[in-house]
Amino acid sequence: MKLFEFQAKQLFAQYGIAVPKGKVVNSPEEAAEAAREIGPAVIKSQILSGGRGKAGGIKFSDTPQEAADAARSILGTDLKGFIVDTVLVEQKIKIDRELYLAITIDKGTRSPILISSAFGGMEIEDLPEEKLVKYTIDINLGIRSYLARDLARRLNLSGGLAEQAADIIVKLYKLLREKDAELVEINPLVISGDQILAADGKITIDDDALFRVGDSVPHTEERTELEQKAAALGISYVQLDGNIAIMANGAGITMATLDILKHYGGSPANFMDAGGGAGVEATAKALEILLSAKPKAILVNIFGGITRCDDVAKAFSMVKKSRGIDVPMVIRLVGTNQDEGVKILEEVGINSYRTIQEAVEKVVEIVNG
Amino acid sequence: MAIIINDKTRVVVQGATGKQGSFHLSQMLAYGSKVVAGTSNGKGGQTVEGVPIFDNAFAAMDAVQPDASILFIPAKGAKDAAFEAIEAGIETVVIITEHIPVHDAMEIMAMAKAKGTTVIGPNTFGIISPGKCKMGIMPNSIFLPGSAGVVARSGTLSYEIVYNLTNSGIGQSTVVGLGGDRVPGLSFIELLQQFEADPETDSVVLVGEIGGSAEEEAAEFIKTMKKPVVAYLAGKSAPPGKRMGHAGAIIERGKGTLEGKVKALTEAGAKVASLPWEVPALLTGNRV
Repeated sequence: MKLFEFQAKQLFAQYGIAVPKGKVVNSPEEAAEAAREIGPAVIKSQILSGGRGKAGGIKFSDTPQEAADAARSILGTDLKGFIVDTVLVEQKIKIDRELYLAITIDKGTRSPILISSAFGGMEIEDLPEEKLVKYTIDINLGIRSYLARDLARRLNLSGGLAEQAADIIVKLYKLLREKDAELVEINPLVISGDQILAADGKITIDDDALFRVGDSVPHTEERTELEQKAAALGISYVQLDGNIAIMANGAGITMATLDILKHYGGSPANFMDAGGGAGVEATAKALEILLSAKPKAILVNIFGGITRCDDVAKAFSMVKKSRGIDVPMVIRLVGTNQDEGVKILEEVGINSYRTIQEAVEKVVEIVNG
Repeated sequence: MAIIINDKTRVVVQGATGKQGSFHLSQMLAYGSKVVAGTSNGKGGQTVEGVPIFDNAFAAMDAVQPDASILFIPAKGAKDAAFEAIEAGIETVVIITEHIPVHDAMEIMAMAKAKGTTVIGPNTFGIISPGKCKMGIMPNSIFLPGSAGVVARSGTLSYEIVYNLTNSGIGQSTVVGLGGDRVPGLSFIELLQQFEADPETDSVVLVGEIGGSAEEEAAEFIKTMKKPVVAYLAGKSAPPGKRMGHAGAIIERGKGTLEGKVKALTEAGAKVASLPWEVPALLTGNRV
């Protein structure tokens, strides 16, 4: 779960990392009000994506009137696929230097990794490797203060600034661990006079840890309504822009089904992993989600292992009898209890195939003619 | 021989009295795996399918000395159960559980590294050395003993590949699932090294997917291998920024794309199939 900048900053502040003074608002009037309190300000659109500046989502104001105008020009616009409904009105700060500081999960070493640079402000991907300072963190030791001090030294900081930077590093790691974050990023980390501030921030919380940290972190929702409905049923579902709905069992085989469909000229309307071992009820609900998106056809690819072909067939038969299936449905069905499954489908007039190739060719023929 | 598990492997099932645990315990027994124990807190002394149940891994170790453990423990308790198995001295721990928080996974891997334990998973279908031992949730019927090693990130997709191999008469030495999570216990490289060294394996099939850089890293090792490698990768049509079911299957900030992986593997000398059913032909055209 990605957090908005203002939410990330709330967490930074909670952990004692300094952030510029700011206020979250939803209207030009509120923006003017906030600017009266704050003075010269930065008006920042709040969306779950980077690159806002280039896309026109960040503006500056010297007066409350300018703040209102800036907010008006940003609110309601479509930025990188997100409609902006919230802006952060934040104190304009003097920038002496910009640093980069992040901690994330390194798959290679299976450990947290700290990545920083004395050259912040730009996207980290654009920085050459030699300008990055990296530390792999032993999860049993954490970040000790000596490591934080060494890092401050390598960022060419000294005296009070080095101490502040070291302190921020320790606190940022504490935040990563305590809130089960996959990413905590401060970019830029700004040196303003004798103070160091987090001028922008990104935090991603591990979805799998929400059961234990969900109550203590802010929430965001990036999923569409159908995606949320599917998630509530334990189904992973991603909406795409094609016209052939897909259901398969297992993430890898679902991805492969999408790829094969595209290879044969079809266009997937979604990714749906109905899960291994899904029973009759769950499969019927999954099919209903597919139908509610109004596709031109449905392609199902079931390799029965723990998933039983007869359960899948019963679910489809049930839906067909109860609400009807008004679009063509092409099914590939092999594996556990295959013969029973094929028979159940035949009884309700649904043909099934044994290879995915045949099924994909058929569904593409139906849709593309 | 095979790798990691064989006909001598003594298996303990952690969480053996639950719905999933007891079902797969019976399936593994039916396949011929030597399941010597199960664990379930407070149920020591009972039996499941004739297999003795112990309160925990320590008690199982004292009584029947298992070498390998398979976990059917819900995500909230999985870290503790894995620690227990590692601490009890079990050599190989297979974690079937999905949705384990990534911080817990990192802690498990750190402890396993310190104790020298092999961890397979989390979020894996397990491992099977056909005809010898199965530790996992894969269907019993699709495997054929033979000499192709298979290493995969995903479960059902590897069943699809194995099914194609078996139907073409190509048997498997060992089939391993790395798991679909962000922090897996084993990487492609570690498995490729073991397959390269295994006298019963003569070729390797790598089943990968978008996200991370495991396939690119594997390509570096493939350059040095004598045995042929055929790869199939899923996720060509996945849009960036969306998790495709697996926590690890996501293209982030331009990293982890399929094109990059195909390029790295091809340049390393592996043959990359564009469709799953092309794998057997690429393999036989390539066999040493």
